[in-house]
Amino acid sequence: MNKEQTIEELKNIVQPYIQNQEAFDILTEDTDFINDLKINSANLVDVILDIEEKYDIVIDNEAMERMVNVKAALEIIATKLSEKN
Amino acid sequence: MTNQEIIAKLPYSKPFLFVDEILQINENGVEGTYYFDEHLDFYKGHFKDNPVTPGVILTEVMAQIGLVCLGIFLLDYSFNSTTSIALTLSEIEFLKPVFPKEKVIVISEKVYFRFGKLKCKVIMKNENGENVCTGTIAGIMVSKSEIT
Repeated sequence: MNKEQTIEELKNIVQPYIQNQEAFDILTEDTDFINDLKINSANLVDVILDIEEKYDIVIDNEAMERMVNVKAALEIIATKLSEKN
Repeated sequence: MTNQEIIAKLPYSKPFLFVDEILQINENGVEGTYYFDEHLDFYKGHFKDNPVTPGVILTEVMAQIGLVCLGIFLLDYSFNSTTSIALTLSEIEFLKPVFPKEKVIVISEKVYFRFGKLKCKVIMKNENGENVCTGTIAGIMVSKSEIT
């Protein structure tokens, strides 16, 4: 998994749900979905379902609760992809 | 849970209860009805001397039947008075007017129910079987104890 490429893919996934364009424009691994991008918790569910579809993985409740920022999302995607293979 | 038990658990009362009966319900969807009594208060003002059901009320009918009734069924006995309900999305097309004394049927099909969020495709039909509204509605249903 290429990290830069995955971040770009994540940006495409979250873009429809962001409420803070400035934070989105300077998105890094440390960007928080709720506090920085202002994605509300209902839309965060859609972000997670879109991630599941994009990478063909299943995200459980425990992973959902950890997925608060870009870094955690990258880790969870990497872990779930490695479990698959 | 019986259909009557589901209606009894709805967190609404008159004048904001918009479910009369549930025709069928299962884990994939729900069908229910509501009759628009001509004496409903909003007809006095929408519009002056020309009562037509407001779009926001049609949306509410679709949400109460299509989303909240189904959510109560899916949560089963974990649904109680401490469960928080919030509408988070409604994208509805209004195709035909609904007048006083019309009975509508709402048909809702679950898209997903994950992490406390229920999203449904919802259609409202009039007694002639014509679609009067179609769209997508989503909401969150969580126990207050789960909110941190």
